[in-house]
Amino acid sequence: MDRFHLLLTALSLILILTVLRSLRQERIRVEHSVSWLFGGMLLLVLSLFPGLLSRFAAWLGLEGAPLAILLLALVVFVGIFYRQSRAISELKDMNITLTQRLAIVEFELRSRDEAGS
Amino acid sequence: MSSEPRVMLLIPAFNEEAAIADVVTEARSILGEVPVLVVDDCSRDATIGRAESAGARVLPLPCHLGLGGCVQAGYKLAHELGFDVVVRIDGDGQHDPRDIPRLLDALRNSGAEMVIGVRDPAQPGFRTGTMRRIGIAFFKALLRPILGRAVTDPTSGFVAVDRRALSLFSRTFPLEYPEIEALVVLQRRRFRFEEVRCRMRPRMAGRSSITALKSVYFVVHVLLGVFVNILRRTRI
Repeated sequence: MDRFHLLLTALSLILILTVLRSLRQERIRVEHSVSWLFGGMLLLVLSLFPGLLSRFAAWLGLEGAPLAILLLALVVFVGIFYRQSRAISELKDMNITLTQRLAIVEFELRSRDEAGS
Repeated sequence: MSSEPRVMLLIPAFNEEAAIADVVTEARSILGEVPVLVVDDCSRDATIGRAESAGARVLPLPCHLGLGGCVQAGYKLAHELGFDVVVRIDGDGQHDPRDIPRLLDALRNSGAEMVIGVRDPAQPGFRTGTMRRIGIAFFKALLRPILGRAVTDPTSGFVAVDRRALSLFSRTFPLEYPEIEALVVLQRRRFRFEEVRCRMRPRMAGRSSITALKSVYFVVHVLLGVFVNILRRTRI
């Protein structure tokens, strides 16, 4: 195995192990770990079977495997970042709704207390 | 039995300790029994205390939401408390509460869902910043074909809304720089707005939240918001 594929294997293993560790420590939710694990596994498979990567590069008309892996990584991680942006937006919307609701409920409780006293 | 519409005055405020008490006091002296609600967007100064001392009810937000989220919280509360009309003015003293009765008259007589208090172009001695002027001119030109009519100042935060607009804005209201997008939200529901010319005053204290550096972000953000609202499927 050449140095490039060795590095790729190491990086994908680090990615997979980091995500699994975070999962075990409950620092990342399962639904948000799937795409990272998928990306890591894909990199791992391609690094362990160099022929696969070469064939993929040839199919794309690219010279050399490194370019193909870069392209693939770009597609996978852009997808992951997009999912993250959607998740953040949903969380922000929920946060706004909850903040407003909490303020209104506190206001109504205070009004009730004042009316009662 | 016809009863008078229940009116609430809404003042969104963020770090307005220097001006808020005067704004509330002046508004109360003119509006009499109309309740004044200050929505405090998690100010770091004494805004809440000053507003309460001046006789306003305060809705304090536990986190800073930005102007749109802050105004919408007030709309939601007013809607849930059964108010028929909400008038919104800025907390920095730019809007003259003596104009509020004219806004309410226009809302009642025009049948429109929203009335906007806009700066009288003939008002002497009032200077608007260059960036703001350019931004307003740009959005006026953009909004004209979208709204099907001219709008004098789409960034004015001096508005009165009736129960229908209140219900709509309680459910959907833009988060940042909400005034321009709110016009498109109204138009998508076939709601109407009218304008009333008012005398704007220089802010009593503080600085505008829109600095020159933020202007480019402001234009891009609002532009995107306008088009998203046009493309979005209308939900009533």
